[in-house]
Amino acid sequence: MASAPGVATRYDYLPLIDRPRIRWPDNARVALWICPNIEFYELAPPDGQGRPIWPRPFPDTLSYSLRDYGNRAGIWRVMEACERFGLRCSVSLNAAMCDHMPEIVDTCVGMGWELLSHGIYNTRLIYGLSETEIREMILDSTATIRRHSGKNVDGFLAPAISSTETFLDLLPECGIKYTIDVVPDDQPVPIKVRNGRLVAIPYSTEINDIRIMGMRGHRPDEWADMLKASFDQLYQEGEHNGMVMCVPLHPFVVGQPHRISAFHDVLRHITSHEDVWFATAGEIADWYLKHYYDAAAQYRVSEKAVRP
Amino acid sequence: MKNVRLTYPYRHVGLDHDWFRHAPTHLRPPVSWPDNKPVALWITVPVEHFPLDAPSQPFRPLGSLPLGYPDLWNASSRDYGLRLGIYRLMNVLDRLDLRATAPINASIVNSYPRLVDEIAIRQWEFSAHGVDMGHLHHQSLERDVERKMIEEAQNTVSAAAGGPVQGWYSPDRSQSSRTFALLAELGFGYATDWANDDMPYEVTTPSGSLYAMPLTHEWSDRHLLVQHNLNVDEYTEQVWQAFTRLAEESAQHGCGRILSLSLTPWIFGYPHRIGGLERMLTRIVESGLTWNATGIEIVDAVRIQARSTFTTLPSPSTNTR
Repeated sequence: MASAPGVATRYDYLPLIDRPRIRWPDNARVALWICPNIEFYELAPPDGQGRPIWPRPFPDTLSYSLRDYGNRAGIWRVMEACERFGLRCSVSLNAAMCDHMPEIVDTCVGMGWELLSHGIYNTRLIYGLSETEIREMILDSTATIRRHSGKNVDGFLAPAISSTETFLDLLPECGIKYTIDVVPDDQPVPIKVRNGRLVAIPYSTEINDIRIMGMRGHRPDEWADMLKASFDQLYQEGEHNGMVMCVPLHPFVVGQPHRISAFHDVLRHITSHEDVWFATAGEIADWYLKHYYDAAAQYRVSEKAVRP
Repeated sequence: MKNVRLTYPYRHVGLDHDWFRHAPTHLRPPVSWPDNKPVALWITVPVEHFPLDAPSQPFRPLGSLPLGYPDLWNASSRDYGLRLGIYRLMNVLDRLDLRATAPINASIVNSYPRLVDEIAIRQWEFSAHGVDMGHLHHQSLERDVERKMIEEAQNTVSAAAGGPVQGWYSPDRSQSSRTFALLAELGFGYATDWANDDMPYEVTTPSGSLYAMPLTHEWSDRHLLVQHNLNVDEYTEQVWQAFTRLAEESAQHGCGRILSLSLTPWIFGYPHRIGGLERMLTRIVESGLTWNATGIEIVDAVRIQARSTFTTLPSPSTNTR
């Protein structure tokens, strides 16, 4: 009667206490990456996607304009903060932003940020799409981003974290090295796919600005405290095994004037530490694929406990 | 015929069912803990599996996957608790020399042998936690089907524990009206599904009796951190209030009390929360007021003392005010 293991069929069980040790460049304890989600939500997305896109009937002016705020005002505050602390980001980018607001994409490229594919629009869910259709969407998104940035796209996050049973299998076939659609760990995780290699890069979903301040109603200073506490814990653990921390951002949430100083606080705290590798997700994925993917994929966890 | 909304067939002294008696906490015979510690510190670490294909009926348990199938995002977030979260909890409890009760979904046992062994080697108590979080107990289940679900969980976890488990925790506390009787019939010593007392009480069924153990709901991480969105400092402040009040009442009534903590790996095991938990537990342990015990150790202590005093429990007709 016991049911299937579910998502765990996509990766092996590697408990925190029994896994290969990761060493980041310069023996950094934490690989830190910042992930602004730069998204385009359509005013009139197609119906019949499995769930309504907007909470109100057309036109949902409040929800739409709230998100558009991120692209008019919020993103520039996020950029300014990162520039002040000399940090690069890996943008989870709806590829249609290249068509609608190329000035934002160009600025990201100019700042040396990485662009990873977040599909075409955040209002196009992939539930129920065929593999052929999903492949077309992924390749459209990576080709569009490559055309605008001159760089290959290494990472993928499905629009609005929608999914199908097999879309992860399609990613390596489309030239994708890493996914952030699976979030079981604070270290990279080899993902089992039909062909090729794919690695899940940690995304720290629990301290996402949209989750903490947007949905749960926490104050900006509480959000900052959570990120600092998270960093402190991972920095401590990273002494023994290199960890990853992601700072997931939504410019329409954190880019509001009453919240942006909390982001500065977080960056001030993190940059005051020595042993941090400020990386892009793509750099983390490359390092892991080169040095640790095979070891982790072949690692056999002991079934027996070790006396604490 | 009279409107059913104006007829009251169970309107009498006591409860409106016969599963157990109404018995106010402070009127029951006192119990004491080893070394006369005022507060038993009972830590529960539920080990849960949320299947991708869980049904939405009879209700969605806390932690169920909210997005469309297959919700890889949230399923892997829960799985985080089994890969990292529970080991952070173990690390904190090890440092403070604390043991816990681990209710474990049957479907986890065979897929995570290492995790099971880590629980065993710490001499935590195993308890049965149903099949998994996609198998809730509810009134529409046939009695035989529910019995099989309980038996499967009991047998699987007992095999892992190396002996019969005594404790039961239904997935998200779901029960049918038959659950208590089935648990008694299958030999369970206690269940932790009801949230109506600070102390254990006896539940009698036609198949025998068992104890209801007061697993906290109101100051659990599930309720305060997930349902009420508090941060860890706000949580620890409320737990500290509960702890100091229970210690005071223990002195006042000459009766041991229980501080139940529910520490969920997919909630408390994240790096932004674990430090605050360690600071709180350290403060509680350093108070010197606690007896750290598992669920069955508390039930055994109560059972032995009840044997001599249980007959003095006031009957339902005499305990009104």
